[in-house]
Parts: sequence; structure tokens; C-alpha cells
Amino acid sequence: MRSSVLRVALATVAAFCTSGIASAAWEPVRPVEFIVPAGTGGGADQMARTIQGIVTKHSLMKQPMVVINKSGGAGGEGFLDVKSSGNNPHKIIITLSNLFTTPLATGIPFSWKDLTPVAMLALDEFVLWVNADKPYKTVKEYVDAVKKAPPGSMKMGGTGSKQEDQIITVAIEKAISTKFTYIPYKGGGEVAVQLVGNHVDSTVNNPIEAVAQWRGGKLRPLCVFDGKQMAYDEPIADGKGWKDIPTCKSQGLDMEYLMLRGIFMAPKVTKDQVEYYIELFKKVRATPEWQDFMKSGAFNTTFLTGADYAKWVEVEEKRHQVLMKEAGFLSAGN
Amino acid sequence: MEELVNLFHGFAVALQPFNIMVMLLGIVLGVIIGVLPGLGGANGVAILLPLTFSMPPTSAIIMLSCIYWGALFGGAITSILFNIPGEPWSVATTFDGYPMAQQGKAGEALTAAFTSSFVGALFAVVMITLVAPLVASFALQFGPAEKFAVYFLAFCSFVGLSKEPPFKTIAAMMMGFALAAVGLDSITGQLRLTFGFTELLNGFDFLIAVIGLFGIGEILLTMEEGLSFRGGKAKINLRVVLQTWKELPRYWMTSLRSCIIGCWMGITPAGATPASFMSYGIAKRVSKNGKNFGKGEIEGVVAPETAAHAAGTAALLPMLSLGVPGSPTAAVLLGGLLIWGLQPGPMLFVEQKEFVWGLIASMYLGNLFGLIVVLTCVPIFAAILRVPFSIIAPLILVLCAIGAYSVHSSTFDGMLMLVFGVVGYLLKKCNYPLAPLVLAIVLGDKAEEAFRQSLLGSQGSLGIFFSNPLVSTIMVLGLIALFWSAIQEGFTRLRRTRTAAA
Repeated sequence: MRSSVLRVALATVAAFCTSGIASAAWEPVRPVEFIVPAGTGGGADQMARTIQGIVTKHSLMKQPMVVINKSGGAGGEGFLDVKSSGNNPHKIIITLSNLFTTPLATGIPFSWKDLTPVAMLALDEFVLWVNADKPYKTVKEYVDAVKKAPPGSMKMGGTGSKQEDQIITVAIEKAISTKFTYIPYKGGGEVAVQLVGNHVDSTVNNPIEAVAQWRGGKLRPLCVFDGKQMAYDEPIADGKGWKDIPTCKSQGLDMEYLMLRGIFMAPKVTKDQVEYYIELFKKVRATPEWQDFMKSGAFNTTFLTGADYAKWVEVEEKRHQVLMKEAGFLSAGN
Repeated sequence: MEELVNLFHGFAVALQPFNIMVMLLGIVLGVIIGVLPGLGGANGVAILLPLTFSMPPTSAIIMLSCIYWGALFGGAITSILFNIPGEPWSVATTFDGYPMAQQGKAGEALTAAFTSSFVGALFAVVMITLVAPLVASFALQFGPAEKFAVYFLAFCSFVGLSKEPPFKTIAAMMMGFALAAVGLDSITGQLRLTFGFTELLNGFDFLIAVIGLFGIGEILLTMEEGLSFRGGKAKINLRVVLQTWKELPRYWMTSLRSCIIGCWMGITPAGATPASFMSYGIAKRVSKNGKNFGKGEIEGVVAPETAAHAAGTAALLPMLSLGVPGSPTAAVLLGGLLIWGLQPGPMLFVEQKEFVWGLIASMYLGNLFGLIVVLTCVPIFAAILRVPFSIIAPLILVLCAIGAYSVHSSTFDGMLMLVFGVVGYLLKKCNYPLAPLVLAIVLGDKAEEAFRQSLLGSQGSLGIFFSNPLVSTIMVLGLIALFWSAIQEGFTRLRRTRTAAA
């Protein structure tokens, strides 16, 4: 009995030694919790569950991956959970822009600096949409119609309040010096349908939220809020694809906005542990399922890790601070 | 005609041996999920979603939707046996189902619940088969004002329902509204009434409140009354199913009404919960046996169960044709569709015929299998009531605690459940009705959101609630429901004065 215990102990020590020599060989020993700071069915949730499916299907991890939604307080619940997880390496979180907007707008105490950045998986695009029955074919025609209407009578629908959709709306208002009435809804799919039903006049939906309605001939994209046109040229409706949508800047609306789809971990994890997840996500990115998912949502597939990623996040945080201050969205404490 | 051909093709797909196996597995898992309070269809489907990634999409969606049917069936079991609604839409089932179980009629109540669920779902599936495209365009007419009108109607058809004094009803409802207001205000993006406690960011989840108010509260009451279940003498053989079936056709009017309410609520998409409450409220008003509602009237089980299932099934239609989920579970199913590369929306019916009709065929078959599975288990379920209270009460408590924890994976919710339990006990002792409180927690924040969205759009004018025929009709129906008893009284008085004059 005793000798067998001893043998196990020796084997364990030996295993530790070899793992020490082969660097970055940390591996999860418990199921990994994948926190989504948003509700079920939304963009971040879809991405997290796609990753979970890819990891399971291709057996990329020895331990299971469990997706958990913690959407309370505009995602604050999820971020606080990871922030207070110390050095727990079995917890990762996917972010959307609420990494910046939630602490600024509500004063819930966290920032990206309380977390460890792992990798940027992709960036989500924003597109200006109108109902296909309306006569506006270009940004200029639409802007002229908005300017002609009394201020506040044109309705912009969007997801959430004081979050990315409303930030973009305020930027458009500034660029064309008029006012919209912004109406917040719970989810992006609902917003797109409200536009189809003519309950709002325009939206800034992500591609994946509105693509079905575009294909069905119900919605029309006017421009994309990115520095360059999207890369996907497969035709979607009327022989036009994502690539044919002009940038808003080229149409006289000087605004660029992309939403982070990135991964963070608890504050005190080790470098080995971060490396493990970076390698994992590299493998995920190489699968055909991931590439299909990127195409269906017309994502910008920029992939960043380490210092580059941290730097990108830092610049973005400052930008959100400026944008939200200008819009008057900061909470009393900020 | 083309639809029928497609449907039969769909049956051929759904009847493949592998798909039948998947269907049965889904139903059983679903019933288990439905029985565990708090786990809920949405969580259950989300947890089991990865299981289906290795299957072809049609089999996968058949399995997931069967889990959904199973959960719909299962929710009724704990509501009737223990007064613990496993799902939000089962709350109204407790009002008459639990008193029936206490009178030793658990088998009858379960049979009525399961059969009504089947009828409701079948009605909705037939509707989906026949008029899917029409219905989709009807759903598009629902903006914030129309949605608020629907919630308004749900509240109105429920006010004045209670036997308790109106002030107690209103007090309970206001308490529900106050609890519903805690958390993030989705219109301004600000936190409300959290007093700096990060645990309250989420607000008070409906499920935790219900598990506490009903489940824990009921256990406390039973303990006080002497540690035993009433209703242990429930008949436990399958003959009870046939006997109940003989009785059910009498309530065809209630069934039909509930089917229509359910389909309407599922499409708009207000969901199964308001559908069940509204259907119960209206049945109580209209039925000859209205006075006995709440004391163990079988019609009071038929009405909410039929409507909840019709709504739950109809909710899949806006998901498929518009990409908008009619319920949280539908939202997770939607995520599943996207993972398999199917894009829900107007083009799905055109481009993915095999998938859509396979799913619709599986709705018919899944419901039928589900009914057979749960009906054969009725005696087993009813027999649970024979287990001594001192053994089953701790089990229920553990189930409740697991349920409360699994809603947000937070231990704080477990504590909250206990607090709600004590509150529920005290309210019952003081004869405050719990139903209006629960209704306000469930629908309060949704109604508020729709109201404020409408007013943003109309720039503050209340005229928006009477701005088109659709919204005006619903609002007027709501007002009639609200003042129904006053109107009725007015009529009787008028008649009396006439007879007196004559």
C-alpha cells in the first residue's frame, strides 16, 4: 500500500519535472467556465457557443468547456465574477463593447485592467440599415431626408442604452448636425425586425443580426462603419455582397466603429496559462466551422495577442471615454 | 397543396429510426429538466446543445425541440404535486392543480394537464402548417405600443380575479412591480434600486421568487399543519386517464379559447407566461363554474395548460420566419440554428425546405410521443404523494436550492429563495394573493419597457396607444376586462329597475 502511494508521488514529481522542462505545458485540470457577459441568443453568446461546439467536436481540450451567461447589470455581473476570481485559470470571458461602456455608464467598479488579456478573436462590423421599401438608396439621400424632417422625428433603433449602438447614433447626429430619437431594445434580432415592421426608421445592426432580412429583400444596407470595405464578396441580395457596401466615411459620414470580440481571464493567472488559451484559440481559428461562422457574420478577422492586444484595448478604452463624455453618457462617479 | 406534400416528406424524414430515437431521448431529458424547478427549458437546451453538434442539423433540431416539448410537459408535474411551478408558465396551473392533488385527484389533474398541453400544441402546429407566411406578416405589425397593449390586456384580465379584497390584490401587485424595477433600467442604461449591492445587479429573478414564494412557502405551511401530504390516497392506476378523458370534451369551449389566446401570444411574441395567466383569468370570468376556480376545478387546469403549450409552440414560428425568438428557450434554439449554418429569416422556408418541414413534422410526432410517455407515467407521479412528508420535504428543499442556484450560478440566489419563502408564508397567512405579485414580477419590467419605448417614439404623447385599429382594439379589450365586473353590475341593475318599472 505504502509503496504504491510512494510510487504515485514519485510519478507525479517526475511529471512535474518534465512539464517544467517542456515550457508552457499547463493544461486545464477541471472543466473550463466560459463566461458570456450578455444574454442567451445574442452575438457574444452565439460566438461562445460556436467555440464550445468547435472545441467539443474537434476534441481540442481534454476537459469540457461550459458556457455560462452572466448578463446582469449590462454584463457587469460577468466581469465582476472574473475580476474576483484571483488566479483561477479555469475561467475565461468573452467581451463585447460593454467591457468599456458598462463601467463608464453605470459606475459598476471594473475595468479591463482588472483582467488579463488573452486574445482578440475578431471584430464585429456595424452597418447602417434602412427598410427596403423606403426610397433612400444612398447615405446622401437618407441624410437629406433626416435633415428635412423635424429634429427628433426620425427614429433610430438599437440594442441597449448608452452602449455601442447609441454611441454610433450620437456620432451620426454630430456628423450631420441633427437629432434622432433613439429607441433601445433588448436584442439585435428584435431591432432588425422592428425596422422591417417600420416601427423605427433606421438601425446600426451588426451584419449577422440583419443578414437574413437583407437576403429576404426586407432591409437595405447603406454603409459600413469601418475604415475599409468588408472582405466577403459572395452575393447576398440583388447580386450584391458585403464587399459592395461602401464605407460611411466615403459617403460623408465620418465615423468608424468596430466591436471587440476578445477573450480575457482572471487577474492573477500565469503566463503559461495564458499561452495555453492562445494556442487553443489559434487551433479554433484554423477550423472550417470557424471560417464559416466568420463569413456568415461578415466579421473582421483581425487576431491579436499579448502586448499588441493590450495596446489596442487601451487605445479603445480612451476612445470610448471621449465618445461617451461627448455624448453625456458618463455616470456621476466617472 | 405543395405544403402538404412537403409535410409528408417531412414525416418521412422525422420517422427515420435514428430520428425517432433522438425524439424519445429528447422528451425524457426534457421532462427531467421541466421537473427540476429553476433549471428551465432555456438552460436545459443550452446545456444539452453541445450534445447535438455531431448530429445532422435536422436530427439536432428535432432533439432540441423535443427537449422543449418535454420541459413544457414536465413543468406541470411539480406544480400539481407540490405547488412548485417548474417553469414560469406553470404558475397558473398550480391555482387549481394543487388543490386537486390535495383532494386526492392528482391523477386526474395530471391527465388533464398533459392532454390539454397536447391539444394546445397540436392546434398551434396545425396553424403553423397552414398559415405560416400570413402569421409572420401579422407579427411584424407589433411595435412597442402594440406589445404594451398586450401586456395591459394580460394585467387587466387578471385584476379582480382574486377572491381577496381588491386592496390586497393591488398591494401584492404593486410589490411585484417594485421588485421587477430592481436592476438595470434598460431604457436609460442606469442601475436602479440596487443600493450599491453588486448582487442586486440582476434584479430579482422571477424563478427564484416563484421557487421561494410557492415551494418553500408551501413546505412551511405544511409543516405547520402537521407534517403530512393531503392527497396521499390518489388513485394510482391507468384507468384514471380514461375516466378523465371522458370528462374533458365538456370543456371544448375553454380549450378552443385557450388555443387561440395561446397562439396569438406566442406569435406576437409575448410568450407562454402571459398566455397562461390571461387564459386562466378569462376562463374564470366566462365559465359557469367560475366560482369554484382556485378550489380544484379541472377547467382551471385545462385553460392555462392549453394556452401555455399553444403559445410555446407558436413561439417557434416567429423564430423561424423572422429570426426573433418568442421565448428564452427559442432564443437558445436560434443560437443552435446559426451554429449549424442555418439562417432563420424570411428565406429559411424557401431555401431549407427539408429542414423546416422535418422540424414541423417532428412537432406533430414529438408531441404525440411526449403525451404517450407522460401519460403512462401518471401513476408513478401520483404515487410520489404516498412517500412520507418527512422524507420528501428535504428532497424538495434540495431540489429548490439547486434550482435557485442554477438560474445564475450564484449562492446569493439560494439565500434570496429562502427569504422569498418566508415572505410567501407570511403573505399566505395574511391572505394576500400571490398570483398578482408573481404576474407583476414576470411582466412588470417588460410592460414598463414597451410603455417607455412607445412614449419615446411618440415623443411623450399617450395617443400612440390609440393610433391604429390594432392597438386601439387591444387597449379597449383591456379596459373592458378591467371594468367587467362593474359593467356586469350595471347591467343587472338596469334590468332590475326595468322589471321594477314594469
